[in-house]
Amino acid sequence: MRTPILAALLSLVGLPAMACETFTIGNLMIEHAWSRATIGAERPGVLYVEITNTGSADDALVGIATPVAEMPMLHETVVTDGVASMPHAMSVPVPAGQTVALAPGGYHGMLMGLTTTLKEGEGFPVTLTFRDAGEVTVPVEVLSMQAEGPDCEHAGQ
Amino acid sequence: MRLTTFQKALWAAAGLVCLAYGTWVLVADPATPPRAEAAFRPVFSLSDAEGRIRTEADFAGKHLLVFFGFTSCPDVCPTTLSEVAQVMDDLGSDADKVQPIFISVDPVRDRRLGLAAYTSAFHPAILGLAGDEVQTRAAAESFHIYFERQDDPAAPDGYTMSHSPALYLIGPDGDWLRQFAYGTPASDILNDLRSRL
Repeated sequence: MRTPILAALLSLVGLPAMACETFTIGNLMIEHAWSRATIGAERPGVLYVEITNTGSADDALVGIATPVAEMPMLHETVVTDGVASMPHAMSVPVPAGQTVALAPGGYHGMLMGLTTTLKEGEGFPVTLTFRDAGEVTVPVEVLSMQAEGPDCEHAGQ
Repeated sequence: MRLTTFQKALWAAAGLVCLAYGTWVLVADPATPPRAEAAFRPVFSLSDAEGRIRTEADFAGKHLLVFFGFTSCPDVCPTTLSEVAQVMDDLGSDADKVQPIFISVDPVRDRRLGLAAYTSAFHPAILGLAGDEVQTRAAAESFHIYFERQDDPAAPDGYTMSHSPALYLIGPDGDWLRQFAYGTPASDILNDLRSRL
């Protein structure tokens, strides 16, 4: 029963270059939501996104949810004394007037318990929950395994 | 009989001391990066995806780009392997002078999930190696790198790995040449390699 619903959701957001669209909730701008393709669904996927707080009050990303993962969590890659580890992040601060990037080597969403293989060129929705601004659902573009981010300046030209 | 019990206790105590020493050896000075001037030759003996044992001697004459990681790692490992793939593409006709190697610090799970499919998704030239526990530990110690299993109830299979995320360059005669810190742009790695080839 789950697959047709999932497929419908995927097809809704399965548009090219969606990582270059901008979404807003309150004073927050959400851009560049992307993920990497996976081989099968056994390994965790990843979520990267940029959040700009154009307001005068601090906010924080406190949770992520998506139909493609049973247990999505916020993590931060930390390199201490030459060793990388990936502790859970309870929240990601989004200070007033600043842009915060969930990006390779820093904060990222870890999508555990994938319900489907993430295929390059497809997409999936993710709901970001902010402490003050509330919830916003944005499409996430699945890029190749080798991708280091969406190439928005050249997209659609 | 009492003496025997006492002897057993002594042996147990001796065993504990050995364990404690072994642990100390393993955890002491876990991640001090090797100094550039302290030349050494890392060695390894690890299985490839087909089960053949591969050692550093198999690649004599080539530069090796060695990365320790695990295939369930969502952030650091794909980022570094992507850069390695970029370097291999940009090397052009010099690519056959460089062998990129991915050494699993999570070998049992990585063999189950499929090592070759993972490495070749980044670049067909990348060779994935996954030994047993002892071989993996020996390779890591030889490269002076650190890794550790970390229990995490939320993670897949209940654990994740912490590990040294740098990329290591070994010369054609087996000498350790340098490391590229995590996040070094592919273009910097490429320029360094080109100056050596």
